[in-house]
Amino acid sequence: MNFKAWEGFKGGKWNSDGEVNVRDFIQRNYTPYEGGSEFLAPATNATLKLWDEILDLSKKERENGGVLDADVKIVSTLTSHPAGYIDRTLEKIVGLQTDKPFKRALQPFGGIKMAEQALNMYGYEIDPEIKEIFTKYRKTHNDGVYDVYTPEMRRARRAHILTGLPDTYGRGRIVGDYRRVALYGVDYLIECKEKDKANIDGSMTPEKVRDREELSEQIKALKALKELAAIYGHDVSKPAESAQQAIQALYFGYLAAVKDQNGAAMSIGRNSTFLDIYIERDLARGILTEESAQELIDHFVMKLRIIKFMRIKEYNELFSGDPTWVTESIGGMGIDGRPLVTRSSFRILHTLTNLGPAPEPNLTVLWSQHLPESFKKFCADLSVKTSAIQYESDDLMRPEMGDDYCIACCVSCMRVGKDMQFFGARANLAKCLLYAINGGKDELVKDKATGKALQVSPVFEPISGDGPLNYEQVVAKYEQTMDWLAELYVNVLNVIHYMHDKYSYEALEMALHDTEVRRFFATGIAGLSCAVDSLSAIKYAKVYPIRNEEGVAVDFKIEGDFPKYGNNDDRVDSIAVWLLKTFMNKIKRQSVYRNGVPTTSILTITSNVVYGKNTGNTPDGRRAGEPLAPGANPMHGRDSSGALASLESVAKLPYEYSRDGISNTFSITPASLGKTDEARVTNLVNMLDGYVASGGHHLNVNVFSRDTLLDAQAHPEKYPQLTIRVSGYAVNFNKLTREQQNDVISRTIHSTF
Amino acid sequence: MKGKIHSFESFGTVDGPGIRFVVFMQGCPMRCKYCHNPDTWSFSGGTEYTPEQVAEKALKYKNYIQKGGGVTVSGGEPLIQAEFVKELFTLLKRGGVHTALDTSGINFDRNDKTIIGLLEVTDLVLLDIKHIDDGEHKKLTGHPNSKPLEFAKYLSDIRKNIIIRHVLVPDITDNDGYLIKLRDFISRLKTVQAVEVLPYHTMGEVKYEKMGIAYPLKGVNPPDKSRVENAKKILRGEL
Repeated sequence: MNFKAWEGFKGGKWNSDGEVNVRDFIQRNYTPYEGGSEFLAPATNATLKLWDEILDLSKKERENGGVLDADVKIVSTLTSHPAGYIDRTLEKIVGLQTDKPFKRALQPFGGIKMAEQALNMYGYEIDPEIKEIFTKYRKTHNDGVYDVYTPEMRRARRAHILTGLPDTYGRGRIVGDYRRVALYGVDYLIECKEKDKANIDGSMTPEKVRDREELSEQIKALKALKELAAIYGHDVSKPAESAQQAIQALYFGYLAAVKDQNGAAMSIGRNSTFLDIYIERDLARGILTEESAQELIDHFVMKLRIIKFMRIKEYNELFSGDPTWVTESIGGMGIDGRPLVTRSSFRILHTLTNLGPAPEPNLTVLWSQHLPESFKKFCADLSVKTSAIQYESDDLMRPEMGDDYCIACCVSCMRVGKDMQFFGARANLAKCLLYAINGGKDELVKDKATGKALQVSPVFEPISGDGPLNYEQVVAKYEQTMDWLAELYVNVLNVIHYMHDKYSYEALEMALHDTEVRRFFATGIAGLSCAVDSLSAIKYAKVYPIRNEEGVAVDFKIEGDFPKYGNNDDRVDSIAVWLLKTFMNKIKRQSVYRNGVPTTSILTITSNVVYGKNTGNTPDGRRAGEPLAPGANPMHGRDSSGALASLESVAKLPYEYSRDGISNTFSITPASLGKTDEARVTNLVNMLDGYVASGGHHLNVNVFSRDTLLDAQAHPEKYPQLTIRVSGYAVNFNKLTREQQNDVISRTIHSTF
Repeated sequence: MKGKIHSFESFGTVDGPGIRFVVFMQGCPMRCKYCHNPDTWSFSGGTEYTPEQVAEKALKYKNYIQKGGGVTVSGGEPLIQAEFVKELFTLLKRGGVHTALDTSGINFDRNDKTIIGLLEVTDLVLLDIKHIDDGEHKKLTGHPNSKPLEFAKYLSDIRKNIIIRHVLVPDITDNDGYLIKLRDFISRLKTVQAVEVLPYHTMGEVKYEKMGIAYPLKGVNPPDKSRVENAKKILRGEL
């Protein structure tokens, strides 16, 4: 194959007939960069003017109660809306989700009730005809799931032992390889999919029927993608000829995905080094200067910053601050030992300076001890200044995933275009421990018929007596309860993903995957540190249950002290390792939908607050309703042996048992990170190198003081762009609910004097 | 052999270069009026550890401290437990770790073989000179300054790296005359890597309240930024 658009590129596997191989293209053509940041250019006037308009719209959106405008009539598809612009004369990269910036699209395929409720909450009425169509004539994902849910599944959901399930909203976490649009053009991608479809023939088993139908949907979506570009006067049928065209084509691919799907996390992949090849070529040709190259990246990033979905307010409790997880993975090392850092890795991070900090795109640096020192320092310096970057260990992921994977959402690692995942939210293991003690009765939720504690699991013998609780006995019951929970949890997810594929299939995103994909079946754990500290209390102190009139243990009296997770103390950290392995082994034993590869994550996003709200008093002394810790973090304030002790406890959790990621959110005051700017940068680099060397997976780095947060809470107008990292994503502090803000403020912020 | 230890900090960034595992020894003969760790004074408190136990704890953080960081022993007054610190530093040096001693030098004795042996396994001394004027030193700490100054000269003579630290307290040390005198003293030392001015702060006051001791500097405010800059300039020979 050869196209004029590829002039100057080294050929290889990637352009041989029938191949789609973006990695091969990158490896043969990219230029690693080991220098410093001095080459970077400031924002152009056009960039600053556009950004001002976006800031103005953001302000209006806030003043309008969180949503500026919403479509109530047009169902969002790739081609549903005419072209929309912020300022047509200034935009180098075009394309909006609807016909106007900040106007949210109507996306009812996940569930019409949710779409309607979301509109109502912000004062809009759904068009009656649309409502009729999606109630009478077109079934949604949500309806499908509820047709199948068993009474036990509904109880588990109501009692919040399983929470955040994608049964009322789009599952997301599927990342199309949007680079394919730029590199190959859509016509060639269609041709490949047609061939794949032709190869599925012979006796029509249900699997083959499904595969042929899905491929047909994918081909239709690719055709619609060409139409979408045409609406904006662009042609993506052939390979991109310039950097501007490449960014534009890649963005159209992504835009098509978000027009099609209101997924929880709509991540974008690993693009900066790919795009760098085009930028370098145009710089060499004299088509671009550093200023105009940066301008393209700035405009691209601006578009990613304003991706928005219409969501209900309860959703905001789970995933606070309107996140979209436009996660872009940056850096990492190649398997041949060359860094995958290019000048454009710097350029995309430089948007934090040119446009100021922002939560999206979710800039994720794939950290390796072998990254160029200059790049490490550049990242650390930006972290200190903006708290907007997250880090994930490339050294941990690369051996198995190779060097062309990306992060979906917060911590989920997938090979671009080759892996997808079935997102499965999380099971609350702290609550599960209470069920073990109480024979599967919920400590908070009542049975509506009897008014007594809701029996969520089948009846089993609770732990009786006044205590102290016996560790071996509790562990045995806990194992038994986890057996039940793991089976139920996987079954719930099997239902959800069957229905999502059936009623809200991600045709466009899957069209940008290989036809043969690996599917991860991604479960998750919430409340790890609370469960672990509770077990530690039972083992090392004396814990007496306090029972209500029904005999349900609703509180605990603790005598004596016990080691707490987060202090690099093996006595308790080993319990955390045991719990993770035990739960994951139970998940692995289940039969999962579509031959998925079972994984788990220790990640709560901001749902640690709502999980905590629905979990009673726990044996570690945590009071009912108090937040659980986010992700794999130690409980707030209990990691009292210093920052590194806390990191080391988390780093002990074995990644091979938590392949979908282990999230750790770390906050430190500037003064504690070092005495001078230079010392802060060096110390942060060494801290990240150390964490990665110890086997740590993910780290959100926040550098701020509690006083700053308190001041921002009192005077939000002073901090319009204050960005902080929560669990796997960044958020504008002002967009958090008061409750979430308080949770962030009460977290451990490492400080010394 | 066991040492009495007040506490540990796994991510020290203010007591020596880079990331440091900091060991705070228990017990100090000084009673500096501005001390923010009065809980480390008593010789009867603390937890006992062997040097092996502490080295093991510190070496858990080798991934973090090996590049440009290390271990700092602070206090309390570490020279009081010189034997223990010497053993600890010997183990750490064997593990390839940089060692720093944060001391006032109050019990320095050039004939004390243990202290001399400790210095052999010490890479850097953070020497806190409390006051250059002997009378003021006595008022501030309860002790004369002869030994700390002799210690400084000795370190210079044996070519041991020093970082001089000096706490700036309004009316007590924040005095241009004293600062110039201190600068003159420092300028005669040959191995000073840096001079750090530590502005007095009141964050230790709560500890006094908890311990039921009267706070000696009640009502004294931290120095102004301009005075801190002034002291830095004088001590670094820029004024």
